[in-house]
Amino acid sequence: MSTIEKDSVTGTATTGHEWDGIKELNNPLPRWWLWVLLATVAWSIGYWVVYPAWPVPGLGTTRGAIGYSSRVDHENELKAAKSLQAGMLTKIAAATPEQIAADPEMRAFALAGGRSAFQLYCSQCHGTGAAGAAGYPNLNDDDWIWGGKLDEIYRTLRYGVRWPNDDTRMSDMPAFLADGVLKPNQIDDVADYVLGLSGQKADAQAAERGKTVFAENCAACHGETGKGNLEVGAPNLTDGIWLYGGDRNAIIASVRYSRKGVMPAWEGKLDAATIKTLAVYVHALGGGK
Amino acid sequence: MNDATQVAQANEERVTPVNKPTVRSLYRARVKVHPRLVPGFYRRLKWIAMAAMLAIYYLAPWLRWDRGPNAPGQAILIDFPERKFYFFFIEIWPQEVYFLTGILIMMAIGLFAVTASFGRIWCGYACPQTVWTDLFIQVERLIEGDRNARMRLDAAPMSASKLGKRALKYAVFLVISMATGGAWVLYFADAPTLAHQLVTFEAPYAAYAAVAFLTASTFVLGGLAREQVCTYMCPYARFQAAMLDEHSLIVAYRADRGEPRGKHKKGDSWEGHGDCVDCDSCVAVCPTGIDIRDGQQLECINCGLCADACDAVMDRVGRPRGLIGIDSLANVTARKQGLPAATRIFRTRTLIYIGIWCAVGLFMLGTLLLRNDIDVNTLRDRNPLFVTLTDGSIRNGYTVHIINKQHAERPLTLSVDGLPSARVNVLGDSGTAAGAKVTVPADGVGEFKVFVTAPRDSVKTESTGIHFIVREADGRVSASRGSSFRGPSR
Repeated sequence: MSTIEKDSVTGTATTGHEWDGIKELNNPLPRWWLWVLLATVAWSIGYWVVYPAWPVPGLGTTRGAIGYSSRVDHENELKAAKSLQAGMLTKIAAATPEQIAADPEMRAFALAGGRSAFQLYCSQCHGTGAAGAAGYPNLNDDDWIWGGKLDEIYRTLRYGVRWPNDDTRMSDMPAFLADGVLKPNQIDDVADYVLGLSGQKADAQAAERGKTVFAENCAACHGETGKGNLEVGAPNLTDGIWLYGGDRNAIIASVRYSRKGVMPAWEGKLDAATIKTLAVYVHALGGGK
Repeated sequence: MNDATQVAQANEERVTPVNKPTVRSLYRARVKVHPRLVPGFYRRLKWIAMAAMLAIYYLAPWLRWDRGPNAPGQAILIDFPERKFYFFFIEIWPQEVYFLTGILIMMAIGLFAVTASFGRIWCGYACPQTVWTDLFIQVERLIEGDRNARMRLDAAPMSASKLGKRALKYAVFLVISMATGGAWVLYFADAPTLAHQLVTFEAPYAAYAAVAFLTASTFVLGGLAREQVCTYMCPYARFQAAMLDEHSLIVAYRADRGEPRGKHKKGDSWEGHGDCVDCDSCVAVCPTGIDIRDGQQLECINCGLCADACDAVMDRVGRPRGLIGIDSLANVTARKQGLPAATRIFRTRTLIYIGIWCAVGLFMLGTLLLRNDIDVNTLRDRNPLFVTLTDGSIRNGYTVHIINKQHAERPLTLSVDGLPSARVNVLGDSGTAAGAKVTVPADGVGEFKVFVTAPRDSVKTESTGIHFIVREADGRVSASRGSSFRGPSR
C-alpha cells in the first residue's frame, strides 16, 4: 500500500498522477452527481429494452418491448384526425354547395378544408393565392368565363375545361389565321376594334374596318357588344381583365391561333366532399357571384 | 421544561453554531439545525405573519367576484385555456402581459426598498420558504419535543417509539404538503369545482400532476432542506450585499455592551464584565444555525428570534434588554467608537427606490384605467396584393380581428378612412355606405374577411395609407388601426 500524497498548499489528496511536476488533486465529483450519472446509465439500458434502439441488419432496428414506433404514432394521429372529420365530411358530401355555404359550421369546415385542398391540387396553375397567371384565370376577381355562381364553379371543378368527358366546359374559338378564315390585315383591324371595346388606345380607322369583321366572325359568341357569353365560355372583351394578355400583340395572337387552355376534371380524382369544399373556397375568395 | 433549566442546561453544554462564519467545506454533510422555541415579541410577530400568509394563500382562491354572466366569478383566477388573468376588478388579456412585467418590476423595486430600509424582513417573515419551514419546525416540535428532546431522539437508536414519532411527523408533513399543492391549483380553475373534482378523483390529469409536484417540492424544500434553501439555493441571500448598506436595519449583537462576555454567577459584580453571559441561547434558537454575535452573516434571515432569546436572559440576570436587537451597521461602528447611534430609514437611496416604485405604480394604474375595452388588428392579404375587378376598380383583402373585452355581444360598424369612395364589405355581405356591419361575440375575438374596393381613379399611388375605423352602435369611434391599400403602379 502506498501512502496517499497530500498537496502541501491545499492539503487535498493527490491522485498520484504527475505531468511535468504538476500533480492532479483528487477532488471527486459530488456523490449526488455521480448517482445521477449512474441513474441515467441505468435508465438508458431500460430504454434500449422498451423502445426501438439498436440497428439490426435485415430488421432495421430492434422492435422494443412495447412495440412503439413514431410512424405508427403518426398513422394513429392521422386516423384519429380522419375519424374526427368523418362526420362532417359525410354531411358535406351529401349537401349541395349552396347548402354548405349557408350552414355556418359546414362553411367554416369547407373553407379550411378547401384552402388546404386548393394548395394541394390547384395552386400549381392558379397560384397559392389563386391570383392565376397568363392562361390561368385569377379566381379572386369577379370575371368568370364559365360563371361565378357556386354551382357553376362546382361544375367546372367536376368536369374541367376541354377535358375528355361529356360534361366538360368546351369552347372552340377558331384559329382565324391558321384555319384560313381571316387574312392577317383583317385580324389586325379586329384587334384594334377589340382594343377599343375595352377602352384602350386604338387606331380609329382600323377599328372601324374591324367592326365589320367582328360582327361577321366574333359576335356570334362574344356578342354584338363584345360582352361575352357565359353559356359558351366566350370571355367578356370589354373589361380590363385578360386571360392571355390585353395588349395588341396578345390579342392578335389569340385571334390568329386561338387559345385552348385546359383544366382537368376532378370528378373521379377527388371525392365529392373535397370538390364541394373547393367550390365553396373558390367562391369565397371574393369574386363569387 | 422552563426557561431557567434551559439556560442552566445551556450553561453546562456549549452550543456550537451549525453554520460558523469560518470557511466550510462544500463537501461537508449537513448538520441538522434544531431551533428551540422561545416566546417573545419577534416570535409573536412571526406567528402573526405566518397566520396572515397562510390565510391569504389558502383563502384567496375561494373569494368570489361578480363579473356578470359571461365571465368567471372567481376573484383571483389564472385562466390558462382562455389565456386570461383575473384579479378582482382587473382583467388581463394575453396581449396585456406587460402588466405582469410592471408587477414584477414593482415587486423587485419594492424588495430593494424594504431591504435597504429594514433588512431581510422578507426573508424572516413573508417568504414562503420561511413560513412553511417555520410551520414544519413547529410540527416537529409538537411531535418530537423541543430542541434537546429532538437532538436526543436523533442520537437515539431506532426504536418503536422513535419510529412512531418519525412516521407521525412525516405523515403530518405530507398532509401539509398536499394541502399546499392542492391550494396552488385552485388559482387556475374554479376553486369549488376543482376542489370537488380533486377529492372525487375526477380532476384533470394536469391538476393531479401539479398537486404532486407541489407536494414534493413543499415536502423537500420546507420539510427537509429548510435553511439550506436560503443558504445555498436562494440567490437573494447572495445579492443582499448589494441591497444592504450601513444604515439598513439588521439584527445585530451590541458588542460594545456585551463584551467581554463570560459566565456570570448571581450576586457577582458586573464590573469588568460585559452583559453577555455566554449562555448561547441566541445560537440555540436560530433557525439558520448561526451565532449572531459573529456579526452580519449571509445565513441570517433577520427573523429576530435571537433577540427574543437574549431579552429573556437579560430579564433574568437583571440587565437591560436589547443586547441583541434591531440595529444598523453604522450604529454598531458608532457605538464601538463611543459615538451616538441614530437610525435613518429615509435616505437618498430609499427615497429613490420609493420614487421609482410610485412612478411605475402610477404608470401602471394609469394604463389600467385608460385602456380600451376594444381593439382591432388587421392583416392585409399579400397574395395577391390586389385584385382588379371587371369594372376596373381595385380590391384589397384583409383579415380583421376585433377584440371585444365587454361581457356582452357587440354590434359594430367597420369603415375605412383615407381612401375616398372606397366601399368596405365583409365576405358574403355587400356592405353599406357607412361600412360593414359586424358583430363580435361577448368577451371574445371576431375574425372577419374584409374587402375594400376603390374605383381605379381614386387609387393614386402604389400604396395608400388607410385606417380601419370601428364604430359603436351609437356612432362613437371606439378603435382604429392603420393599414395600407395597394394598387397597380402608375
